Amino acid sequence: MTVAERDARAGRISLPKVSAHRTTSWIAFGSLLLRDLTVLRKNAIEFVVRTIMQPLLFVFVFTYVFPKIGQAVGGRGGEQNFSTLLVPGVVAIACIFQGIQAVALPLVQDFGYSREIEDRVMAPLPVSGVAVEKVIAGAIQGLAAAAIVFPLAAVVPTTPVPLNVRPVELAAVLVLSALLGASLGLAIGTRVNPRQVPLLFGVVVIPITFLGATYYPWAELSPIAWLKWLVLVNPLVYMSEGFRIALTPQYPHMPTWAVFVALVGFTAALGVWGIRGFRSRVLS
Amino acid sequence: MGRMEPIRAETRTDDAVIVTEALTKVYPTGVRAVDALDLRVREGEIFGLLGPNGAGKTTTVGMLTTRVIPTSGRALLAGVDVVAHPSRAKRLIGVVSQTNTLDRSLTVRENLYFHGRYFGLGVRQSRVVADRLLEVFRLADRANADVGTLSGGMAQRLMVARSIVHRPRILFLDEPTSGLDPQSRIAMWEILQEIHADGQTVFLTTHYMEEADRLCERVAIMDHGRILALDTPDSLKRTGGGDIVLRMVADGDRDRLAQAMRDLPGITDARVLDGAVHLTASGGEGLLPRALAHAEAAGFAVRDLSVDVPTLETVFINLTGKELRE
Repeated sequence: MTVAERDARAGRISLPKVSAHRTTSWIAFGSLLLRDLTVLRKNAIEFVVRTIMQPLLFVFVFTYVFPKIGQAVGGRGGEQNFSTLLVPGVVAIACIFQGIQAVALPLVQDFGYSREIEDRVMAPLPVSGVAVEKVIAGAIQGLAAAAIVFPLAAVVPTTPVPLNVRPVELAAVLVLSALLGASLGLAIGTRVNPRQVPLLFGVVVIPITFLGATYYPWAELSPIAWLKWLVLVNPLVYMSEGFRIALTPQYPHMPTWAVFVALVGFTAALGVWGIRGFRSRVLS
Repeated sequence: MGRMEPIRAETRTDDAVIVTEALTKVYPTGVRAVDALDLRVREGEIFGLLGPNGAGKTTTVGMLTTRVIPTSGRALLAGVDVVAHPSRAKRLIGVVSQTNTLDRSLTVRENLYFHGRYFGLGVRQSRVVADRLLEVFRLADRANADVGTLSGGMAQRLMVARSIVHRPRILFLDEPTSGLDPQSRIAMWEILQEIHADGQTVFLTTHYMEEADRLCERVAIMDHGRILALDTPDSLKRTGGGDIVLRMVADGDRDRLAQAMRDLPGITDARVLDGAVHLTASGGEGLLPRALAHAEAAGFAVRDLSVDVPTLETVFINLTGKELRE
C-alpha cells in the first residue's frame, strides 16, 4: 500500500509540501508556453496537414497543373516568373493562417463555450501575460508553418525557382510576420463569437489572402491605382512584400523601411487591441 | 500610503484570511449584484455562502478570485488586495468554478501536471503531486485518458484535485456539486471534508441548504447581494428557524388562517407557502393539539398537520419569505 492509499483510507489528503508561493510570473509564463508546445507536439500530424493543404494545392494547381495543361498564367513574366513570385506570398499566407488557426479559432471556442482557458487565466501572472503568451505560442506555430511551406513552394513547381535568400532580412521578416499573424489572431479571437466564424472566413480571411500581394508584387498593381492604395490596410501585403525582399529581391518590391515600419506598427497595434480584448473577455 | 497598505491590513486582519470591506459590484446593466459586503473568514475555516440563483454568490467569488473587478470596497486575501495585486492573490488561491474548465487538449494527468507547473512546481515535484492526487481522488486508472471521456462526477473530482495541486492557502468552490447525481454529490462532500480536515481554508457557494448544513462551519445566507444572516448552521437554525416548524393544510382562505395562527402563544411566525401555512414555533408543550384547536376555533377544517425540525431552508424562508429553490 502506498502512502497515498494509506492516507486516502485514513480520510486524509496530505500532499508533499510545495513552494508555490515563491513562484514568479515568468515561471507561469514559461509553463503556459510549455503547455501550448506540448499540445502542438501531440497534434503534430493535424498541424502539418492543416498547414500544408492550402499552399500545396495552390502551388500544385498554379505552378504544376497549369503549365502542364498549357493554361496561361502569370501575366507578363511567364510561368517561371510566377512560380518564383508565388514563394514569398505562399510563405506569408502560411504565417497569417496560423494566426487564425492557432490563436483566433481556439480563443473563439474558449470564450464562446468551452471555458478551457479558465485554468490558465488563474495562473499566477497578469491576465495580459496570458494574452502575450498566446501570441508567442501562435508565433512559434507560424514559424513552424513557414518552415514547412517554404520547401513546398520552392520544390513543387515544374520550373526552377531562382531564390536569392538574404538571411538577415529573412529572419527579421519571419519573426515579425509570425508575431503579426498571431497578434491578428488574438485581436480576432477575442472579438468574434462562435456563430460569426463562417462570416469571419468570408469577410476577413478570404479578402486578406486574395488582396494581400501574395500572387503578385504590390508594385505591379500600379494600373489599378485605387486598389494599390486600398490594399495598404491589409497587413498581409507587408508580410508578402517582406518575404519578397528576403527571398526574391530581384523582383520589384516595396521599400524595405516601409515594410518593416508597417510590420512593427501592425503587430503593436493589433497586439494592444488584442490584449485589451482578452482582458475584457476575462475580467468583468 | 499605497505601499504600506497591505502590511497594515495584514496586522489588522488577525486570523481572518478573507476580509471584505463594503465590497460592491454594480454591473454596467445597473444590476447591483453584490451590495456592501463585509465578510471575515478565518484561516482553516470551511465557510459557505448560501442563497438562491442570482443572489450574488458567483459575483462574490468572482471578485475574491480577481476575475470580477469590484465597483467599490475592497477584498483582501491573507492581507493581499485582490484588485491591486491580482497575480499575488492568484498565488494564494485554488478555484473550482461552476462549469467544467478542464483543459481538453490534455490528459487527466497532464491537467494536474501543468497546473502544478503554472504555479512554479518543478518537473519532478509536479509529477509526484499529480500522481498522488490521482490516487487520492480515485482517478489513477484514468490518468492517461482524455478529460472528455470522464463522467460528470469524475470531471468534478479532477477539477477539485487540480485546484489543490499547488496547495492554495484558500480554496474557492462555486456550486461544487450542482449538476452532480446524488451519489457523486455525497462523494464530493466526503472529499471536501477530507480536504478541510487537512487544514485547508474552504470558501464555497451553494444553493443546497443540505450542503451548507453538512459541510460548513459557518454559513452566510445571501440574497439580492446582501448577507441576511451569518452564523454556524446550528445557531442559524436556533435563532432564525424557531425550535420546530409546523406545516398546516386546511380548507379556506390560507392568508386568514396564517393571520389567525399568529395570535396563538408560542407561534413566532406564520406564512403561506406552497398551498400550506408554515408556522414557526419556539418550543412549547402540547403545541400540536393547541394549534389544531386554535385553527378549528377560528373556523378552519385542518386536513393535514406535520412537524419538522427547522432547516437552513426554514431560516431562509423566514428571512426572505421565499424558498431557496424556485
